[in-house]
Amino acid sequence: MALRGNLRDFSLTQLLNLVNLAKKTGALTLGEGNSQATVYFREGMLVHVFLDGQASNLCNLLERVGKINEAQSRLLPQEARSDKEWGLLLINTGLINRADIIEAVRRHTLETAYRLFTWTEGSFLFEPNVLPPDDKITVLLHLENVILEGSRRVGEWKRLEKELPDLGMALRFTTRPEVRLKRITLSPDEWRVVSSIDPSRSIQEIAQAHSLTDSQIRKIVYGLLSAGLVELVPRVKPISAAPPPKEKVAPAPVRKGIILRLIDRIRRL
Amino acid sequence: MQTVKIVVTGPFNAGKTAFIGAISEIEVVSTERRITDHSQSTKEQTTVAMDFGRITVDDGLVLYLFGTPGQRRFDFMWEILSEGMLGFIVLVDSVAPETFHEARGILDLFKNYSPACYVVAANKQDLKDAWPPQDLRIALKIDSDVKVVPCVATDKESVKRVLLELLYSILETAEE
Ligand SMILES: Nc1nc2c(ncn2[C@@H]2O[C@H](COP(=O)(O)OP(=O)(O)OP(=O)(O)O)[C@@H](O)[C@H]2O)c(=O)[nH]1
Ligand SMILES: [Mg+2]
Repeated sequence: MALRGNLRDFSLTQLLNLVNLAKKTGALTLGEGNSQATVYFREGMLVHVFLDGQASNLCNLLERVGKINEAQSRLLPQEARSDKEWGLLLINTGLINRADIIEAVRRHTLETAYRLFTWTEGSFLFEPNVLPPDDKITVLLHLENVILEGSRRVGEWKRLEKELPDLGMALRFTTRPEVRLKRITLSPDEWRVVSSIDPSRSIQEIAQAHSLTDSQIRKIVYGLLSAGLVELVPRVKPISAAPPPKEKVAPAPVRKGIILRLIDRIRRL
Repeated sequence: MQTVKIVVTGPFNAGKTAFIGAISEIEVVSTERRITDHSQSTKEQTTVAMDFGRITVDDGLVLYLFGTPGQRRFDFMWEILSEGMLGFIVLVDSVAPETFHEARGILDLFKNYSPACYVVAANKQDLKDAWPPQDLRIALKIDSDVKVVPCVATDKESVKRVLLELLYSILETAEE
């Protein structure tokens, strides 16, 4: 028998606990606003998550998590095929091995599941014995761990979302001279973010460029803000209308006036 | 507000952190770690991710200095860092000829990432065994149109001179 209700009455944590304890197999469909997600279980283990608007196939997913790059995926024949077929094709082309694919799917499944913990309003429907579509690559994840980590992240998100509501904002290095920067330690991810700070790029764009999830970028930006290294600014439109060249190299030509100002300043230091 | 960046690169122990520290108006934001790897016990600390320094030019312009980590295992960051840079400085430890080959390799990598202007700084010229700039030019096979500037990274005036030489080179290619 299907089980349906509202997340206000039964939270995702409670539903997952139930599935875990009863070792259920089936699909749990959640709806919040315009978003819909389906979480699949096999004998009380999480096997697959589908969230609207997310990577539509394995190739997109691997690109999103940075396992392959856009140029590589563009080289592959793009006709419709199942994820399992995508997997075979990618392995055969030597771009990625089986273990990496499984690891990427596992991480993606977990990250997606954690996001659902923020859904506190909306409907749910549990349909027993419904399994993910055949062509999907599935994983086997213990629900206890998912619940623990998911709940921990909800707490953290609530805080970060309050501090950093809008990922459409841009960042710039603090220019207030009175700010004395302390010696801080940056992780490689933080460092990547720092090196792409530019008032014409939104935080969201920086996250995408480095394959960081919303929560990862929030955490990093929050850290940089607290350290006084950066500040939030409204995103400015880049001066040139042309999109920045993908394959980069040539720096924007600099104007003599800027160089002369730099020279003058350094002479006076 | 406009920002521009200059990258300071070079092999392990060349003096990158000292260079940025000598001129930055903020305490250099650096990610230094004590060295536990005893094969490189020539010094106490090494930069593991980057150095970051700032010079405010005026109300509308800020210059950022980024120092690259000296160890090759971090070279995945170099390309990101080189994006959009105004120019770069390759610091060479003039008393460590065993690093010259590495310095040349780093120089080629950066040239590959970006056509930006660069100068080579022959650092640690205050030490008596320092190779003079003209010898370094030959050892590193530096093109004749690229400057090799003497440098003492612990001395602010010397660091200023290196930066100015780079800016003069950039000026020649800049637009009106
Ligand atoms: N005598 C002398 N010592 C210098 C000079 N520049 C740097 N040093 C010293 O050389 C050592 C290395 O300098 P750092 O600035 O740490 O070099 P680095 O390039 O940042 O090193 P990594 O980050 O480990 O790659 C330190 O002990 C500095 O004090 C110089 O011009 N003259
Ligand atoms: Mg250093």
